[in-house]
Amino acid sequence: MSVVKMENITKRFSEVIANNEVNFELEKGEIHALLGENGAGKTTLMNILYGLYQADRGKIYIRGKETKISSPADAIKQGIGKVPQIPEPIPSLSVAENVALGLRWSKPFFPVGQVAKKIEQLSRRYGLKVNPQASVEQLSVGEQQKVEILKVLARDPEILILDEPTTTLVLPEIEELFSLLRRMTQEGRSVIFIAHKLEEVMTISHRVTILRNGKIVKTLETSKTNKEELIKMMVGEELKVESKTKPVKKKEKALEVRDVWAFGYKKLPAVKGVSFKISCGEVLGIAGVAGNGQRELVEIVRGLRKPIKGKVMIGGEDITNLSPRKILDKGVAYIPEDRRTGIVPSLSVLKNFILINYGQQPFSGWMFLNSKVIGKYARDLVSEYNIATPNLNTPVEFLSGGNRQILILARELSREARVIIAVHPTFGLDVRTTQRIREIFREQQEKGATILLVSEDLEEIVSLSNRIGVMFEGEIRGLEKDEKLTIEEVELLMTGEEVL
Amino acid sequence: MRIKPDREMIAPLVAIGLALLSIAIVFWIAGANPLVLYQKIFMGAFGSWFGLSRTLTKAIPLLLCGAGLAVVFKMGFWNIGAEGQLLMGVIGATWVALYLAPGAPFWIMIPLMFGVGFAAGAGLGIIPAVLKVKFRTNEVITSLMLVYIVRELVKYLVYGPWKGPQEWGFPYSSKFPLAAWLPTILRTRIHYPTLLLGLALAVFLYLLMKKTKFGYEIEVLGASPETARYAGIKSGRITVLAMVISGGLAGLAGVGEVAGIHHRLLEPLGISPGYGFTAIIVAWLGTLHPLFIILAAFLFGGLLVGGDAIQVSLGFPIGVIKIFNGVILFFFLARGFLSRYRLTKKDREG
Repeated sequence: MSVVKMENITKRFSEVIANNEVNFELEKGEIHALLGENGAGKTTLMNILYGLYQADRGKIYIRGKETKISSPADAIKQGIGKVPQIPEPIPSLSVAENVALGLRWSKPFFPVGQVAKKIEQLSRRYGLKVNPQASVEQLSVGEQQKVEILKVLARDPEILILDEPTTTLVLPEIEELFSLLRRMTQEGRSVIFIAHKLEEVMTISHRVTILRNGKIVKTLETSKTNKEELIKMMVGEELKVESKTKPVKKKEKALEVRDVWAFGYKKLPAVKGVSFKISCGEVLGIAGVAGNGQRELVEIVRGLRKPIKGKVMIGGEDITNLSPRKILDKGVAYIPEDRRTGIVPSLSVLKNFILINYGQQPFSGWMFLNSKVIGKYARDLVSEYNIATPNLNTPVEFLSGGNRQILILARELSREARVIIAVHPTFGLDVRTTQRIREIFREQQEKGATILLVSEDLEEIVSLSNRIGVMFEGEIRGLEKDEKLTIEEVELLMTGEEVL
Repeated sequence: MRIKPDREMIAPLVAIGLALLSIAIVFWIAGANPLVLYQKIFMGAFGSWFGLSRTLTKAIPLLLCGAGLAVVFKMGFWNIGAEGQLLMGVIGATWVALYLAPGAPFWIMIPLMFGVGFAAGAGLGIIPAVLKVKFRTNEVITSLMLVYIVRELVKYLVYGPWKGPQEWGFPYSSKFPLAAWLPTILRTRIHYPTLLLGLALAVFLYLLMKKTKFGYEIEVLGASPETARYAGIKSGRITVLAMVISGGLAGLAGVGEVAGIHHRLLEPLGISPGYGFTAIIVAWLGTLHPLFIILAAFLFGGLLVGGDAIQVSLGFPIGVIKIFNGVILFFFLARGFLSRYRLTKKDREG
């Protein structure tokens, strides 16, 4: 009998279906990996199991009994524990004090001594080295993650959910975690392991379930599959992509990145010596599973993040460490990954249109905004790009996701764009909008713009790019090859294998 | 279904209505007839020329401080220290009148007092701004703490170096020379130069927020600091500049109080019973819109005067009015909380 059974789970966030008729089963004593791209619905599914969200439809059975989980407190009562992706213990408290928070079995007053004993017991049992008296603020991120794990273990959970737990860990810590998980399953506990990295899935899991676009692709035994098969299921099994790439016309180098290094979250190295050149009228596609340093790389080019080392040049001019404003003025258009960065939701369509160029002629003089020019400019963009909005004064938060993205695109491309940086530009959008956006990119390329396209969507990458690189653990691979990579090669590189 | 933006304009009225209602219950439990009480407050504040003139007088500092606060609040910068910035204006005006240019004619004296008062308020105001920009300190704490420091500074001055030699040992400075007295409307305390200045500045700020690049930058910064960075807005500069306006306007209010009403430096609570704090409510109730803030300032001026009236005629403590302020703000903020939730149709298919 399965410990957890989730039946026909559907969860919708306004227009987006995060989980669509999802069926998921967890056997007793297994480590079950949940695999999928960003936005595939893994985290939503687990948040429903942990009571953070309620499913719109569907049932949850715990140990064979239908159970309603309406809050994390309910989940904890059912013996479910969840370790967050990024550790957030309270820094001013000690390890034992953090673990004592919200525990049900400990003494109501001064429970720390009792809890410390429990921690030592757990450390011995699972081989987890943590000093209960240590102050959390002095611990490394990896050690803080162990505190989060201890918090859950102290509640003696039967079912453990880990949301990409290795994001903040270094290699020996990952091994420590894995042996802990194996030990737990030997005791008859069950583990759900949300994962990004195939290597880890192959190493630790007994079974793996692949999600794509909110739906289950398949559940299979890990021993009977391989990385290539998993990647195919993650990104879409049969990619019938006709490459509609326009040939590169001009050969001048427009954007050059030379040996760039950067830190990411909490000072973990994220970009490790990336170099590439893109010519005018060329599209460079960067594929890769999210979290391999793409975000940091793009932010460096756009001036929003400082590299530790390396250079970024536009048209032969060094732009490293220039202010975001100065880089904008060099003709850089940027379609960010997080659309909330690209717009101000509470402000009107009109005000969002002038976000980048409000300070320039003819939109404003030395002090005043020119409302006539701005009004005409906004009306023209709305009709040119066919943006569905009641009027120009409607706050952008009331537009659909697709219209918001087109708004960003319209604004960024309304200025003479020499370099376009686009990150997941069609993520979560419907087919029609997706095609429109890709058409817009082709037009821009025709005009001689240089495009850096970062996407997890292989179809998109292949259909738009002249050359393709794959980002893996902070490095770009595959660019040394002369001709364009094939889908098979990209898939292999995404798993971290060497191709050439 | 959702609340339309133009309905937000009535939110302040709803807040006041709910506050009146809930406080009526408190009065009623305490054995007083709330209707009689409200009538007393209303008539005391607006029912006679005397009451009205006092209401207008108290509205002046509320208007100046409130309009300045609206600018920084719009930016998401919580300046709680307008009271201290007001007192800096008081110190600045006193220094000009008694020490810098005691012999100057009024047409030099008065602009100079307002100029120095503005600078003094702005100077204090930029401290929390710079601390936030440079060290990410919390401006709520720094701006509030500065209020207490400036209050002590005023006390030090009136008990110490600026104590008037002919004041019989009272904690007063000497009287200002007549050139430093602001003119008032006939036999009232309405120092109209400050009032006109306040009205003009409210209109100016309205245009600044609506029509200029600076206003746009403040709006973007307040709505989403992340996006502001992406748009290349220099948030540090904007923050400091906005606090120059906010602190400076509070400073002007201080000049008005000391040069228009008291004509000398007193203990801090004698000059301002907390106008700078009440102005926080005024700014919010005016929906951070400089023109509505004119109305809100007038209303709260009335509340202060009406509070005096029930204190005198019914023996109610002035604390009642403070409860009023608090309850109104409470309901007003609850509006923001409630309107964040929207009714959506639940998916029923299948």
